[in-house]
Amino acid sequence: MMSSSSVSDAKSVKLISENAPAVSFLSRFLHWEWLLVGLIFIVVIVNTQLTPYFLDANNLSRTSSDFMEIGLMMLPMVFIIITGNIDLSVASNMGMSASFMGLLHNMGVNIWVAALAALLLGTLGGVLNGYLISKVKLPALVVTLGTYAFYRGLAYVFLGDQAARGYPEAFTYFGQGKILGTLIPFSVALFLFMAVIFGLVLHRTTFGRYLFSIGNNENATNYSGIPVAKIKFIIYMLSGFMASSAGLILAARFGSTRPDNGTGLELAVITAAVLGGVDINGGKGSMVGAALSLLLIGLMRFGMGLLNIQGQVQGIAIGLLLIFSILIPSLVRSISKAGKNINWRSIMFTLIFLVIFVLFFIFFFWSRAAVIASV
Amino acid sequence: MQNSTSATPPVRFSLSNLLWTLVRYREAGISIFILLLVFVVTLRAPSFLTADNFNDILLNISILTIVALAQTMVIITHGIDLSVSSMIGLVAMMVAFVFKQNPEMPVIFAVLLGMALGSVLGMFNGLIITRGNVPPIIATLGTLSIYRGLVFFYSQGTWINSFELPKSFKMLSKGTPLGLPNMVIIAIFVALVVYYFLNHTRTGRDIYAVGTNPDAAPFAGIRKERIIFLVYVLSGLLAGLAAVLWASRFESAQTNTGSGFELQTVAASVVGGVSISGGVGTVPGVLLGALLLGIIQNSLTLIRISPFWQLAAQGLLILIAVISDKWILNRVERTNK
Repeated sequence: MMSSSSVSDAKSVKLISENAPAVSFLSRFLHWEWLLVGLIFIVVIVNTQLTPYFLDANNLSRTSSDFMEIGLMMLPMVFIIITGNIDLSVASNMGMSASFMGLLHNMGVNIWVAALAALLLGTLGGVLNGYLISKVKLPALVVTLGTYAFYRGLAYVFLGDQAARGYPEAFTYFGQGKILGTLIPFSVALFLFMAVIFGLVLHRTTFGRYLFSIGNNENATNYSGIPVAKIKFIIYMLSGFMASSAGLILAARFGSTRPDNGTGLELAVITAAVLGGVDINGGKGSMVGAALSLLLIGLMRFGMGLLNIQGQVQGIAIGLLLIFSILIPSLVRSISKAGKNINWRSIMFTLIFLVIFVLFFIFFFWSRAAVIASV
Repeated sequence: MQNSTSATPPVRFSLSNLLWTLVRYREAGISIFILLLVFVVTLRAPSFLTADNFNDILLNISILTIVALAQTMVIITHGIDLSVSSMIGLVAMMVAFVFKQNPEMPVIFAVLLGMALGSVLGMFNGLIITRGNVPPIIATLGTLSIYRGLVFFYSQGTWINSFELPKSFKMLSKGTPLGLPNMVIIAIFVALVVYYFLNHTRTGRDIYAVGTNPDAAPFAGIRKERIIFLVYVLSGLLAGLAAVLWASRFESAQTNTGSGFELQTVAASVVGGVSISGGVGTVPGVLLGALLLGIIQNSLTLIRISPFWQLAAQGLLILIAVISDKWILNRVERTNK
């Protein structure tokens, strides 16, 4: 690396693609990803025991397409989180694009023209995020929080309390259709195709290495002559484009569009990425892990749905999974660091908090019992 | 952004310098913006500038103010609490359930119960953030969906409606024994306490210190983890208080009570000049931020702009606030050179 300035660009590109990713990619794969695979096996086994409908090919095929919007938005989100940034506006952007297409469709515009216009608008949404973050240098959290409200607001402005419906069958194929002769939904095939491309870009190209580099030390990356601002701009633009694609897929799957479509999905997207081992502080993560965690979340939700657990209550399991996926490794680290010294003070505090939480839940169940019994 | 409070004012006297010194103080900037807005709206809808309408605005922003102040303390430590909306939903539901069964209970008990329950929820946030080293945004994103899930689990999807709540409970927020509605008085009281706490107590100053430089704070003898834990407990406590007021004001507890409210609290803070990178923020600024949001919401209705524009306007306002902040900061840095 010392002589990197004297090495020609072409050669350094070659060096990077031959050496670095292969090693780090594989070594990371040996940790987090296998844990996810293990969890997926457990979920599958438990669910097959609980209900006979779990391993039904038709069910699996239908349910898999429910998660593809999240998946499509997750791919650029992995890029963004790896650079240490975040995009809270994806679900709103998705709603805005879908609503814009719905509006144009209601006005009688050809569906393909409307879809293209929606893609353009979504990409523009990403461009605005990217411009404010990379050029104006505002914190990503605030910018995307602002556009989170702004884009969702525009969705309501476009459609108000109306819904757009009556899309032609050629269009709904994108959300409901299956690849000819198989049970694989088109959206799943699209996601897999995009996931491979995004994965290759992340782990096999210099652009991907730059993302990790920005996440590890943005200033140093900037001083190394890597166009940090441009890269950030590109990934936010990409995120806008993928969000609007997800919006189109969602509209095609539902066969209609409402301005509140996909509210709150940004949390699911971030959960999927973080559970996949992408470090929220940037610099770490793999596309394989993210894809596996999407599969895990999908299977868990599907299984809980078959057991008649409400969608909101399923959120408890997903939320706990998200927190524990970070909590447990860091607790293990701090316990092994503490070694043999028993810290009585911290044990006492732990006990006090445990008592408080137990009391809380006793009250929780006691106070609801009478009312629930009367309903 | 930290510079804006510590930088010395430029020495040269001129009109533009005077203007810039004024604009640099966030409170002055928003005040001017609010006055302009009031002026424009009054031209279009004279009923805007009446005592009744002002009373309405104050009622509407009381809850927002309380939670935004809690959010501010969290953001000053360079954290964020996205779970406030779900804490409000859960606490409102639990308190409403208790009062449905025991209508005779004194109302002050509702307030205390709400704050206690909220504190426990905040404690859970604080513990996983400080002891578990989970980044605040992830931790509270997780509890956002956990607490919301608990609301559904708790009530089995049922609601508490107005007729199921005792009158005393409903009057808790709306009664006017002191001239103004109780809720407004509570909000003013909370603002005064938080103002005193942040500016005149040691723990309050420690909150700024932790946010300004998290690495240096421990060397100054500040127990960083304890401070961070504290702000999340306070956030839960104030969210619990807000939840009781919410249930009392809207005379119901629904499974989606407070959904999406976290955004508004962050918006009020950020518009009020609280820096998301920590260490910067004042109580008057947040009050003005909440007031601005309230006025916009109120005036959009008065000048008959479709309510569907409201969310978009709010989002745009956050963007304008942060962009102008950055712009002013750049300008100030240039004049100071």
